[in-house]
Amino acid sequence: MSTRVTNEDFRRFAGTASYIASEALIDAVNCALALERPLLIKGEPGTGKTLLARHVAQALGMPMESWHIKSTTKGAEGLYVYDTVQRLNDSRFGGGDVANIRNYIRMGPLGRVFATDRRHVLLIDEIDKADVEFPNDLLRELDEMRFTVVETGDEIAARERPVVIITSNNEKELPDAFLRRCIFHFIEFPDAGLMKRIVDVHHPNLDATLLDQVLIKFYWLREQGELRKKPSTSELIDWIAALLRSGITTDKIESHIPFLGALLKNEQDTEALQQYDERQGKYPSRWSDLGPRYNQ
Amino acid sequence: MFIDLFYGLRDEGIPLGMQEWLTFMEALKKGLHGCNLLRFYYLARACLVKSETFYDAFDRVFARVFRGVEGSLDDIGDSVLDWLKDPKNFPELTPEQLAELERLSGDELMRRFLDTLAEQTERHDGGGRWVGTGGRSPFGHGGVHPTGIRVGGPGKSRSAMKVAEERKFSDYRTDLTLDVRQTRTALRRLRHLTRNGTASELDIDETVDETCRNAGEIELVFRPPRRNNVRLLLLMDVGGTMDPYFKPVSTLLTALHEEKGVQSFESYYFHNCIYDEVFSRASMRRDAAVPTGDLLRRLDSRWKLLVVGDASMHPAELHEPYGCIDPRMTSETPGITWLQKLVGHFERSAWMNPDDPRVWDHSQTARVIRRLFPMHHLSVEGIADAVSTLVGARAAAGPRLH
Repeated sequence: MSTRVTNEDFRRFAGTASYIASEALIDAVNCALALERPLLIKGEPGTGKTLLARHVAQALGMPMESWHIKSTTKGAEGLYVYDTVQRLNDSRFGGGDVANIRNYIRMGPLGRVFATDRRHVLLIDEIDKADVEFPNDLLRELDEMRFTVVETGDEIAARERPVVIITSNNEKELPDAFLRRCIFHFIEFPDAGLMKRIVDVHHPNLDATLLDQVLIKFYWLREQGELRKKPSTSELIDWIAALLRSGITTDKIESHIPFLGALLKNEQDTEALQQYDERQGKYPSRWSDLGPRYNQ
Repeated sequence: MFIDLFYGLRDEGIPLGMQEWLTFMEALKKGLHGCNLLRFYYLARACLVKSETFYDAFDRVFARVFRGVEGSLDDIGDSVLDWLKDPKNFPELTPEQLAELERLSGDELMRRFLDTLAEQTERHDGGGRWVGTGGRSPFGHGGVHPTGIRVGGPGKSRSAMKVAEERKFSDYRTDLTLDVRQTRTALRRLRHLTRNGTASELDIDETVDETCRNAGEIELVFRPPRRNNVRLLLLMDVGGTMDPYFKPVSTLLTALHEEKGVQSFESYYFHNCIYDEVFSRASMRRDAAVPTGDLLRRLDSRWKLLVVGDASMHPAELHEPYGCIDPRMTSETPGITWLQKLVGHFERSAWMNPDDPRVWDHSQTARVIRRLFPMHHLSVEGIADAVSTLVGARAAAGPRLH
């Protein structure tokens, strides 16, 4: 018997019609699927980290559970919460079966995913938002996919190991012990070719010259070192939507950048560009105006 | 060869242990690489490297192990940059090329040239050779010319070697860049949580206990939420030798101002060394002067002291009475005495030096100050180290003079 999986088995995720993924990302997802390890995704904001989980779920036909992490989220909340306040209230004012502690155990996202029969995709979104120790609290649970409810002694073990996708914005370093267990992928900013495919998904049948102009301006903006916040894919998509709604023509966008507010979200950045405008700064209108990286 | 990869990666400082390696082996056993070098490269990277800051190092090691490419692009970069700044050194250039060179700024030229270099690896397959022949000979310089740049576009047919040699991730190296966001990340650990202030958080355990004691009648107990109790005093060297470091220093300052976790934060400026007065504004005019002694009286020893400066000055500025270089102020007490007072007053202090740590020992005064303060480099890693010096569990390292 060979444990070798065929190419077909391995390549189970290949992007979906509305989510364009790079080769490297597809390989990382499939590697995590085959090895049953959590997949840790990092990347600039707006490169589709969170969307990935939804589309993996869609591609594999699995239901998805998401757990959005906030600065106050604690690791234990993902497993279950013992609702003491409710029980206290019930015991004083009546209502509910106070004697049965199980009535007051509420499963968290992890607990729910473990307890079901179907294999789920579990998204742990923005894990770096939480306390520095947060990932460590989940180490054993994610490794063994089981935990014990302390109050009742019940053991919750995953019947089907969920596909765990974790995103991080790099606000905090994650602990080594946690990283060691993950498959890691950093989503690079898409190059012009990939970006065209991405735009095509959101705005199909866009005029080719308009698309070129839009992308030239977009990548040019991103090249400007002084920008505090570089525009990202999602901002580009919004910007194109704004351009299309206003019915702007290609020649107008050739010479300047309309609806700047859709691209730049920082006051200083907008001001900097206005000053550039006032100095009669030139905007590029051909790919050759950008660096050689774009001229291949 | 695989063992070379493993140790090569470890030698580059990539935190890599047996667990990652076994994961990688398991993946290989399952045939996940699909007998394809590019996918092997992606697979190795996904399993072995856990941060984009190490992607660049990974690329270098991968390229070296699997082809034998030697040397690093950084070294070439510097030498090439040097010649590019003076195009006259190229007697072989045609007038058109010279005109082209003059049209471009030095930075633009450099960027284009590096891009060209990276692309030349795609055309010639000798990864190590293009560095030597293409880069160092004046004739290879023709690649800067716009017509020389065009190369076949990237696509699915790219090989892993080419991907690795492109070294697209060199921007993500932590030791190079220092932006506000990264600095904030490094500063996040600057905290010491304590409970004080108004009781606004329900203490469930106490509430249950009190309720039981109260025969079942609910008795709510509140407690103050946990807050960051770190108070930070920042003293910054400005002007003179610090001017080249304006950017990293202002980045640090921005990040500290944005850091809302710190309970109190005060910053003052000085020039070269700290004497009787520090200044609340970088202009250091008389009306912004604050006696250093006042700081010591007003701020208790639990404040954390962070000094930013290059610690290099004339020895007399540090050791002699009236040593201050600024004629507008006179200070009988030598700077070293003030530094000793500061270190002695605060329980935790750290010094951040923007100079390259390799040259610290070249300055006599930096050597002296290093004996007083734990000194860290002004980089993302250095800030993280300084933060752990200030709030970490271990006491500040390094011997002190008292």
